[in-house]
Amino acid sequence: MPKLKTARKSTWVDMTAFVDVAFLILSFFMLATKFKPEEPVEVTTPSSVSSKGIPEKDALMVTIDKEGRVFVQVDNPDMREKIISNMSETWNLGLTQQQINAFRNAPSVGVPRNQLAQLLSMSPEQMLKVRQPGIPVDSTGGELAFWIRDALSVYAGRKLNLLIKADNDSKYPAFKGVIGAFKANDQNKFLLVTSAEDVPAGSELDLKNAREAAAARGK
Amino acid sequence: MADMDVSDKGGHKKGPGVKKSKKKPARVDLTAMVDLGFLLITFFIFTTTMAQPMAMDLFMPKDSTEPNQTKIKESGAFIVILGKDDKIYYYEGMDALQMKPTTYEDIRGLILDKKRRTKADDFMVIIKPTADATYRNTVDMLDEMKINVVERYAMVDISPVELDLVQKTEAANGVQ
Repeated sequence: MPKLKTARKSTWVDMTAFVDVAFLILSFFMLATKFKPEEPVEVTTPSSVSSKGIPEKDALMVTIDKEGRVFVQVDNPDMREKIISNMSETWNLGLTQQQINAFRNAPSVGVPRNQLAQLLSMSPEQMLKVRQPGIPVDSTGGELAFWIRDALSVYAGRKLNLLIKADNDSKYPAFKGVIGAFKANDQNKFLLVTSAEDVPAGSELDLKNAREAAAARGK
Repeated sequence: MADMDVSDKGGHKKGPGVKKSKKKPARVDLTAMVDLGFLLITFFIFTTTMAQPMAMDLFMPKDSTEPNQTKIKESGAFIVILGKDDKIYYYEGMDALQMKPTTYEDIRGLILDKKRRTKADDFMVIIKPTADATYRNTVDMLDEMKINVVERYAMVDISPVELDLVQKTEAANGVQ
């Protein structure tokens, strides 16, 4: 019987290409992205069919978590510094320069005025861990109305986009309180942050979009 | 297995004083580098966001302090009340006693039905969330306005009469 020759061949794979691609993808991510800002509270937003993008700059974001705690965040650090200095003067909080700097770098802040000094004395890691009670709001706006007023005066007439980012399970009264704070400052236009959702097929909006696209093509 | 052959394929001069001329190919195993490379990639994927966030948003123009500035015909009004536990109650016109329960799936059909029956100038949807309605309910309803291309809609506070009716209906149906 002839001996079955099983030629044992060693599989030798040239990994150079792999390494090339891996470092290319890595460089892409390093250059095109930035670190997600750490938030003291995680919020899952509902989805919507709206396709308007969020403005990156000049945005004041009010975050509402599922328990109705309200946090506020302004993206521009210089503006933040001005806003907190304003607040400190207006309400005699007596914040030191160090605390003001801490606010500059803090992500979202959600404490009543009287606890601001205490919160800003903490280190950034502690600030994230401690349970912030949220800014008080009520139907006439509460303290949030003053935060908004300060932000608007710092922006002095330039457009400040107001964003609301709330959790799926936040109850309506918290949302209404935030809107009340906006209304108290005569701000009636704001944007709600949602995640993406496809337009349902065959719905009126779908047909309308199709009509508009066809009209644009036909021109 | 994953090797790179870094041996010189000739063409190099023998340095002075080299005694041995044995050429040994130096094989570098790159598996570790590939592993690390992909590990770093996954790290960056999970901890960063693209510079343009993918979130969409809903633009809600709000009326100022008078919600009922526009006079709407009773026949054209469609009122939707958002209750607890993702429940919706709706009625047409001014008669709250005709309130009927429905779900988020069915409300689209109901809104479209009313829209077809009413003249475009008279049709208006009024959304009244209760204190137990969640933010998701609110956004879903605003989404429905967009999906069904409802030109006029408003979000107002629920009246005590309606709230009372809603609570009675919930008690009758055993909703906690």
